[in-house]
Amino acid sequence: MTNQSPILAVADLSVDLGGRSILRDVSFDLYPGQLCALIGENGAGKTTLLRTLLGLITQRAGTVLIGGAPAREHRELVGYVPQKINFDPDLPLRTRDLVRLGLDGQRLGLPFFNGRTRYAVDQALQAVGAEDFADQRVGELSGGQQQRAVIAHALVRKPRLLILDEPLANLDFGSANALVDLLGRLIVQQKMTVLVTAHDMNPLIPVMDRLVYLVDGRAATGTVAEVVQAEVLSKLYGYPVSILHHGGRILVLPDAPENADVANMNRCAGHGV
Amino acid sequence: MFSSFMINTWIAGTAIALVAALVGYFVVIRHSAFAAHALPLGAFPGAAAANLLGVNPFVGLLVFVGMGVLLLRQLARIGRRDVGTGLLLVLFLGVGALFLSMTSEYAPEVFSLLFGEMLGVSDADLWPILGICALVSVVMITIFRPLLLDSSFPDLAALQGISAARMDLIFLSLLALVTASALPVVGAFLVFTLLVGPPAAAQSLSIHPLRSLLLAVIFAESSIWSAIALSYWTNWPIGFFVGMLGAGLFTLARSYRHWSQRQRPAVQVSSL
Amino acid sequence: MFAFLSSQPVQTALIVGSCAALVSALIGVFTVLRGNAFAGHALADVSSAGGAASFLWGISPLLGFLGMAWIAAFGMEFLGVRKARERDLATGIVLGAGLGFSALFLYLDVTTTSTTGAAVSVMFGSLFAISRGLIWPAILAVLAVFLLVGLFYRPLILTAVDPDLATLRGVSPRWMGLLQLLVLGLAVAVCALAIGAVLATALLIGPAGAAIRLSRRPAQAIFWAMIIALTAVWLGIWMAYESYYWFSGNAWPVSFFVVVLIFLFYLLAMLGSSWQHKYQRRGITSLRRLQEP
Repeated sequence: MTNQSPILAVADLSVDLGGRSILRDVSFDLYPGQLCALIGENGAGKTTLLRTLLGLITQRAGTVLIGGAPAREHRELVGYVPQKINFDPDLPLRTRDLVRLGLDGQRLGLPFFNGRTRYAVDQALQAVGAEDFADQRVGELSGGQQQRAVIAHALVRKPRLLILDEPLANLDFGSANALVDLLGRLIVQQKMTVLVTAHDMNPLIPVMDRLVYLVDGRAATGTVAEVVQAEVLSKLYGYPVSILHHGGRILVLPDAPENADVANMNRCAGHGV
Repeated sequence: MFSSFMINTWIAGTAIALVAALVGYFVVIRHSAFAAHALPLGAFPGAAAANLLGVNPFVGLLVFVGMGVLLLRQLARIGRRDVGTGLLLVLFLGVGALFLSMTSEYAPEVFSLLFGEMLGVSDADLWPILGICALVSVVMITIFRPLLLDSSFPDLAALQGISAARMDLIFLSLLALVTASALPVVGAFLVFTLLVGPPAAAQSLSIHPLRSLLLAVIFAESSIWSAIALSYWTNWPIGFFVGMLGAGLFTLARSYRHWSQRQRPAVQVSSL
Repeated sequence: MFAFLSSQPVQTALIVGSCAALVSALIGVFTVLRGNAFAGHALADVSSAGGAASFLWGISPLLGFLGMAWIAAFGMEFLGVRKARERDLATGIVLGAGLGFSALFLYLDVTTTSTTGAAVSVMFGSLFAISRGLIWPAILAVLAVFLLVGLFYRPLILTAVDPDLATLRGVSPRWMGLLQLLVLGLAVAVCALAIGAVLATALLIGPAGAAIRLSRRPAQAIFWAMIIALTAVWLGIWMAYESYYWFSGNAWPVSFFVVVLIFLFYLLAMLGSSWQHKYQRRGITSLRRLQEP
């Protein structure tokens, strides 16, 4: 890409959990202004990889460097949006207060607002379009609104790497597009690096630059042009897929079951079985 | 009502209500109601044992409530947390019953330890109670932000370097200290109502973290003051009034919230 | 041994204690499966107000415990126990109010009827002092519980494992919840009579908590819970009886022994199964799925 230094550098990463090997020799680099999708089936190790990047799990071997230093030393450079967001409806916390805890939740003393924190919080709320419900109870917001509140919580510290775990799951089309739009703005305007896990890559194709594909704890990586091709994706998914071009957009579609049979037979025939 | 033998009760009651509201605020957010109910009952044999050995009851309470915290964490590790909490609580109560059966003044002792004793605060007890309340308030205000983040969303807290295990230990220790100081006045059973009732009511009424904390303190103080006054006039046990006022406050606050939610139904949908 | 069994208080204690053990094991499994340990405990605690009132008005303590347990059950249902999030708080508030009433009634017991031991026997039980007239009501209560649970066994299990699945099958979770609270009240009353209101929780959740860890099917869990509960009660009664000789005339309370024994059984089951867990991962995970829908 450029001769800038990578914001995230993962080299030969191996992780074991409970005696089982989850990730083996995973390597990839991300540079400022890139949006990378982390794709893989359930149980492929996506969440484990994210938690290792965040320094919440210790790896068996390999290195994770964020901004050139080990993950634990540069916590302020990383923002994280977990998959399961479910606030208690009775929690005495406004959206504004939740965002503010992202700024200085680890500090001691009572959370009184001053001009500087108020400005930072307002900016983060504005960035995700959460001004409308800034003064509502977090627990009473809809799922999509709660997600935006947590994104603002992650953005308020101005991280250089934003990590989102399955942000598009359970979102309707409109909300999903709004989120993709927001992520696109972050990488272009603020040169932020964004890492997103997803089952379905379609909504992300317009904004993403790179793909990391996890299969059985091993990772393949490449640019969109390299990976989003019928043969490559069929091999990665272990299931035949087609690429559709429609109105300037690219769509990845799994083949229908009948075609799948034919495709399988063709492949078998090709291998001479 | 404010005669010299009541002064200690008023002072201790005020201090206890303050820390009960501060710690109870997090009992409600962390869904630790069962632990908050079990720890005071776990402390109860401490007073009985201290009585038997002839040491200061406050020391006995602290020792037993400390053991309660440690055992609670161990039991939660090997099984279901609620079952472990329940069994720990009855084990301690059973031990308490045993200790009490060995003393001569069995029945009245049981009653005042479980349901509170208006005149339970001697001059010698007052200073340790005030000291502990001051300590708990300072620690509580110091760690307010990390504890609030950890209690509302542990994953996000971990990311900022806040350890959930450490927060759990600090929180339970503070709860234990409040328990030990409140138990002689309001009784092992009703410490819990003082902890949960006012903060739950306050959190229903205010969505602002600091304002609802302040409201919790106000509710707790007014409950304990009214309970002391009512108990003085009627001669009925103070625990009865603490229990009733806690339940009343909670029910009123809940009803108000349900009513006010019904007043503004469309806001959430439209802002989406 | 012969002197032990021929003593009348011991016979009454054994019968009422066995009733409490059987009924609590049966109900306890449902209570623990549904994650209702706190609610079960709260019902037991609140029933103490009924026990205290029974002294005041001179009615049967069993009726007192039962009446208050049912009132508390309806109170929790009303305040929103069904919403899992509010459950803890609603339970706690009912518990606080109920214990407030206990405080009042026990105080009135002491001041108006001069029954000095009321607080102790209501809270911590006095199994050797139960009047023989309570044997039949206790047995009747147990039979009623077994009959109801026998009739509604499958819907109850289904609701306990997954309320949504139950609704799809046409089982109303509301009615099942109510039925469960009713039989829970009956069970709590018998246990409170036997080992005291605040210690009844031990019988209710201890054997069931241990048994669920040891077995994979609900029926099997109920069976093991009964074995554990009966062993604890019988052994406890015997030890309390003998403790009169061990401690030179200072008998220790029955309830103390029962509670300690149940706690030990629970610890053994937990440690035993976590030891087994290291060697046999599969069985436990399938059980977890049963417990936590």
